[in-house]
Amino acid sequence: MSLWQYANPRKFLATSERVLPALWAGAVLCLLVGLTWGFAFTPDDYRQGSTVKIIYLHVPSALMAINAWLMMLVASLVWLVRRHHVSALAARAAAPVGATMTVIALATGAIWGQPMWGTWWAWDPRLTSFLILFLFYLGYIALWSSIDQPDTAADLTSVLCLVGSVFAILSRYAVNFWNQGLHQGASLSLDKEENVADVFYHPLLICIAGFVLLFLALVLYRTGTEIRARRIRALLLRQGAEV
Amino acid sequence: MSVDLGKYATTVLSAYAASLVLLALLVAVTFWRGRKIRARMTALDATKSKARSDAAH
Repeated sequence: MSLWQYANPRKFLATSERVLPALWAGAVLCLLVGLTWGFAFTPDDYRQGSTVKIIYLHVPSALMAINAWLMMLVASLVWLVRRHHVSALAARAAAPVGATMTVIALATGAIWGQPMWGTWWAWDPRLTSFLILFLFYLGYIALWSSIDQPDTAADLTSVLCLVGSVFAILSRYAVNFWNQGLHQGASLSLDKEENVADVFYHPLLICIAGFVLLFLALVLYRTGTEIRARRIRALLLRQGAEV
Repeated sequence: MSVDLGKYATTVLSAYAASLVLLALLVAVTFWRGRKIRARMTALDATKSKARSDAAH
């Protein structure tokens, strides 16, 4: 049994149809439990007050914004090296999901930042690299839509994805690279001293699991849609050639 | 059950509202396009099999 068998569109569709109900159910359950726990049953932070409750949306969406791009990077590399269409379509399917996660991270960050920092926006390394990552998402989606030939579009978007990966990594490590700016360090760390307090940590982990499952469900479903759309295009082209 | 968000109620609620609306939109658009493409695929397959059976007769 090899991972490459899922490069076969039929096999991919059959497997994703089987897995998707569990993913949707897991995502809804984790988000309901995590967000309800975080919103209603955790105390206020001694400095940030009730605004700390935004962490349950801000941190998972920011994590997924970066990881979605990294998933697109892996899929793009698979396309460039092995020319499996499913991987290129999976990268295409993930882009709008990643872009939405980036918007949520930027929006919740701005809303949170206003009372805490006294400003909606600052040209801080992490905020700026996230904004650039969002622009890369928009460029990636626009490039896919603007090229008629799917293989050429997959080639060019894969190269764009490689370039954008620099910003995806910068978004993650900007606070470590430049020890300046308004944004605090990472909320989750292997160092227990730096981690958020346990009372916030557990619901946060459940919310992160919810966002990961939601991302997987959305990407699998959307990849299936892209595979079908590609097949429709091929059928129509064949019919056109026969007429 | 009521949650006391204090003076930051508007901030917290607007962050939740914005995020949930964006997530709901993303899921809705995903399903809408998925269903549209599935319906188109079914229609194309039906046309194809009808053409095949017409050719056989």
